[in-house]
Amino acid sequence: MSSRKKLTHLEALESEAIHIMREVVAEFRNPVMLYSIGKDSSVMLHLARKAFYPGPLPFPLLHVDTGYKFKEMIEFRDTFTKKIGARLLVHRNEKAIAKGAHPNKLGVGRCCGALKTNALLEALETHEFDAAFGGARRDEERSRAKERIYSFRDEFGQWDPRNQRPELWNLYNSRIHEGESVRVFPLSNWTEMDIWEYIQQENIEITPLYFAKERPMVKRGTQLIPAEGATLLEGEEPEMVMSRFRTLGCSPCTGAVHSDATTLNDIVKEAVLATRSERETRIIDHGASSMEDKKKEGYF
Amino acid sequence: MQAIEENHTETENELFNCEAELLHFATAGSVDDGKSTLIGRLLVDAKGVYEDQLNAAENFNQKKGGEGLDLALLTDGLQAEREQGITIDVAYRYFATPKRKFIIADTPGHEQYTRNMVTGASTADLAIVLIDARKGLLTQSFRHAYLSNLLGIRHIVVAINKMDLVDYSEEVYNQIHADVSDFASRLAMPRVECVPLSALQGDMVVSRGDNMDWYTGRTLLDILETTPISESVTEKSFRFPVQLVSRPQTDELHDFRGYMGRIEAGVVNVGDEITVFPSGLQSKIKEILTFDGQLDSAFAPQSVTLTLEDEIDITRGDMLVSGTQTPRVEKQLRAKLCWLNEEPLAVRKKYELKHGTNSVKALITNIEYKIDVNTLAHDESVEELQLNEIAEVTIKVQKPLVCDAYTDNRTTGNFILIDTETNNTVAAGMISAE
Repeated sequence: MSSRKKLTHLEALESEAIHIMREVVAEFRNPVMLYSIGKDSSVMLHLARKAFYPGPLPFPLLHVDTGYKFKEMIEFRDTFTKKIGARLLVHRNEKAIAKGAHPNKLGVGRCCGALKTNALLEALETHEFDAAFGGARRDEERSRAKERIYSFRDEFGQWDPRNQRPELWNLYNSRIHEGESVRVFPLSNWTEMDIWEYIQQENIEITPLYFAKERPMVKRGTQLIPAEGATLLEGEEPEMVMSRFRTLGCSPCTGAVHSDATTLNDIVKEAVLATRSERETRIIDHGASSMEDKKKEGYF
Repeated sequence: MQAIEENHTETENELFNCEAELLHFATAGSVDDGKSTLIGRLLVDAKGVYEDQLNAAENFNQKKGGEGLDLALLTDGLQAEREQGITIDVAYRYFATPKRKFIIADTPGHEQYTRNMVTGASTADLAIVLIDARKGLLTQSFRHAYLSNLLGIRHIVVAINKMDLVDYSEEVYNQIHADVSDFASRLAMPRVECVPLSALQGDMVVSRGDNMDWYTGRTLLDILETTPISESVTEKSFRFPVQLVSRPQTDELHDFRGYMGRIEAGVVNVGDEITVFPSGLQSKIKEILTFDGQLDSAFAPQSVTLTLEDEIDITRGDMLVSGTQTPRVEKQLRAKLCWLNEEPLAVRKKYELKHGTNSVKALITNIEYKIDVNTLAHDESVEELQLNEIAEVTIKVQKPLVCDAYTDNRTTGNFILIDTETNNTVAAGMISAE
């Protein structure tokens, strides 16, 4: 270590993320870290623990719960955050949930709008958070490729892709007016491979849903739909399928993939060999430019 | 597609490489030069593009009435850009080879987007300046090379694209190469390399192809994989801007006081004598702390927490320093300024200047001269600086800045200006040598 003077790509990405998190804590009044329980969130949380060691996390975690998260995710969330002593806030759009918001009823776009975007904006407003860390990566989707590390949001929480602040070097402009906020993406420069390699290198705990096992699934066309919370069409019957999740969203909108990857090593190998990008199993991105439109409305 | 899938299997073991280094590079050029096609080619041939993203690009192209795969559609991200077929904003792209991981800042080439190019170049280790073999060196190529150099990029590669449209002519290449050497010497640029290639056909991008046997130099990817990365930053004197003072005040850490930050230059060892700037107080490094344990030494650009032997007054914005080069402490300084905002620079207006972890009030007392980025001519009669213009200015700051010249250290030598009414980032600054 002492004679080595070069960082590996993971060390360089780690150092950049830590630098970003410390800047936010130094310059914002009331930051929060969005925690979705997924692999990117898990890496982001791990980096936050590193950034502020030996002190505790200087901000709470916020989980926007749509009510459609897998049971295993919620269990993992509660056990893990307790174990590391993090302060966890959970926010749900109770009004929409009480009205029975569901993608089959509202369509994916409106359902996400109510349960995710509105719930998130509501939570940020209620707690008066002026900065919110998110685990989004630029390699996930093409409108995200243009996203800044400090993504400025107006008082309606909205993103204007054509009018973003220039972001040079590692200098982040944290100045905002009352009511405005910033979304901060410390993992901007990470790729899916980096995430998996880092999880493996650092031995980061992740939810068991990422590992393959026999799970009750509904086969619909080429899709594997988890039986948990699925609305069965005529003639459909859940069956046990050796499968896992590459990304985790809400149960009605997240498909699984056939897989025998039961260890981290297997998962990394699968990610290397993947010929389909990870978000393909996420229904939210499909359509001409839906992520860009959602982000303009205030989605991450 | 078949070929790509097969290659995945081949490179499976090599690709999984935690020890790979990270290279940031910027590409400058316009869509007409085939920049997006070149990036698309790199991504495709280096297997960075997943199958379904390829399919999506293909579908969109068919809707527009095109045929097959338009590599450029892989890279333009926003709706407006795809519709108009132009790149407006900087887009970041990622790919990996067994040797390295790459971050591409894909920047627009037109003069009205100079600010975006400056943004993309600010974090790059290498720049690819793209030119069209049929057109040769144009004013814009000169501008791109000048800006890359201004932003401190040490390695500039001139990619002579569309060689397929000049019959892969060695003569054409030789002529352009001579012109490039000429302007490289005018800009005093140490390392400029020329590569003839065809992004569309793939020659000399990742594989050599069969069309330019006369060319013995390296392929573009070969250059990207072997160019040294920020080689000198650890050789310089130690610079540690303090981001945060950590005082957890928990039971176990009752008297703990740690200084959190990222090493911006040099190396630090336990026991090193350090000086705090600007106060001048001195102490010794007691511990270098990380989540993964204590270190005996650390180097740029690691993020660490330092503790000192003595309890002295240190806050965010201070800089811990050691080594033979002492930083400058300036209340007035000269800098190159690139103006990034529609609202022109107002001399004597107060801006916020953000430098490292420090923010101070600043005003531009004089525009010394404006630089014509196409000819390098100086214009000393200007009173105003408009969007995308570059000038040497004199700046006065309210509190002293602890800094280095940009040419000595990109991080301690840069700053941004923020308009305190709109909160916009309005300028990028590079501190000039004394």
